[in-house]
Amino acid sequence: MGWYNKRLAKSIWVFHMSASPCNNCDIEILDLLTPKYDIERLGIKLVGSVRHADVILLSGVINQKVAPRVKKIYEQAAKPCFVVGVGTCPSGGCCFNDSYNIVEKREDVIPIDMYIPGCPPKPEAMIEGVAKLIGVLNG
Amino acid sequence: MKPEFVFYLLVFPGLLFTSVLGLLIGWVDRKVTARFTYRVGPPLFQNFNDFFKLLGKETIIVKEGVHSLFIVAPFIAFGVMVLISAIIGTALFYQYDLGADIIVVMYLLMIYSVMIILGGASTGNVYSSVGAGREIKLLLADELAFILICLVPIIKSGYQIKLDSILMAQVTNGAFIGSFSGLIAFIIGILCIQAKMALTPFSIPEAETELVEGPLMEYSGPPLAFWKLNQLMMYVAFPFLLILLFWGGFELIGIGILWAVLKYLSIVVLMIIIKNTNPRIRIDTALHFFWKIATPLAFIAIILAVFGY
Ligand code: SF4
Repeated sequence: MGWYNKRLAKSIWVFHMSASPCNNCDIEILDLLTPKYDIERLGIKLVGSVRHADVILLSGVINQKVAPRVKKIYEQAAKPCFVVGVGTCPSGGCCFNDSYNIVEKREDVIPIDMYIPGCPPKPEAMIEGVAKLIGVLNG
Repeated sequence: MKPEFVFYLLVFPGLLFTSVLGLLIGWVDRKVTARFTYRVGPPLFQNFNDFFKLLGKETIIVKEGVHSLFIVAPFIAFGVMVLISAIIGTALFYQYDLGADIIVVMYLLMIYSVMIILGGASTGNVYSSVGAGREIKLLLADELAFILICLVPIIKSGYQIKLDSILMAQVTNGAFIGSFSGLIAFIIGILCIQAKMALTPFSIPEAETELVEGPLMEYSGPPLAFWKLNQLMMYVAFPFLLILLFWGGFELIGIGILWAVLKYLSIVVLMIIIKNTNPRIRIDTALHFFWKIATPLAFIAIILAVFGY
């Protein structure tokens, strides 16, 4: 399916899911759409409904309260759908690491395909992450 | 049925031509929108990539709601859009009548709106249902004004309802946009089209920020691809309709081709400019605008047309 993957790589629609972040990563994600970074030139578009999404940008540690919702939203997405963990939170828990309310195994809630570390990651780092995803899709 | 009809319907100016031109014009829309906010904008074949990508995605059918309607609505809407563009296109490019007149075009446009309403309401999703409800209200608001402005070219061409006769009347007597009534009707026509396509001052049913695309919210995969294609095909069908009714059609020889492209692009870019420089209005403001301002103006245009201005 090389031809199809190329189409997918050129038209990634992202859905922004915040699973108990400190809210800083969300602001940085929105920076990607501003004139300075303009991610639409790579064909990337922010969509409001997870049914339209190709990539879910997940930010934040997943705490016990949002975990069922995160799982439900992921199940509602039309596959193929990739999950990108934005920030250190989804991978390492960052400053919330020892909190009492974090789910034990994030992999059970949602399979994360790629991490973009940083607290918060710079928009340049996110664009590089997306470019790597596009590179994987292009083979 | 003659063999040319199949060609008209499927290749030019029907299915193939309208979809390809629509996807290209969708790029113009996104590019101009991007330039308005000092962005760079997407590459030229972005909409083709979007369309083919959506074709390959999974189609999710929601558990609640009417499944058959949910699946069938975008494809009927696509068929309706192909018919509309074939009818308008043959009259415009071949001065040939496909057996349908302006009343049929109005009916088909209505069926298209009904399909959006049915498709949105069939999912059982709250946001989609609210979007479908708003689509009904918007249809109520703009339909009367739209029908009234369609009467102006009918009256001015000596009570002809065939699209090719309206065009012929303009070729002999000059375009209707040159007269007072034609100009008023043309301006109201652009605003009606803006409402029919749900572009920004009237993007009430699809408000991304509050209703997450409204009726299209639950769609995914190929049905969503066809909804998106339908929306882009309207960028072709509606400006063509306006050019046909008011602006004297196309003259496809020599310098006329340049004029044809300019006419079409100027209408599209005007629509995009209106879209980008206006905030979204509330549904009651839209009703107020269409019923208290646009419809009386359309009436005035009709009266002027009857008296020959
Ligand atoms: S990674 Fe840092 S900035 Fe991002 S949500 Fe976590 S704590 Fe906040």
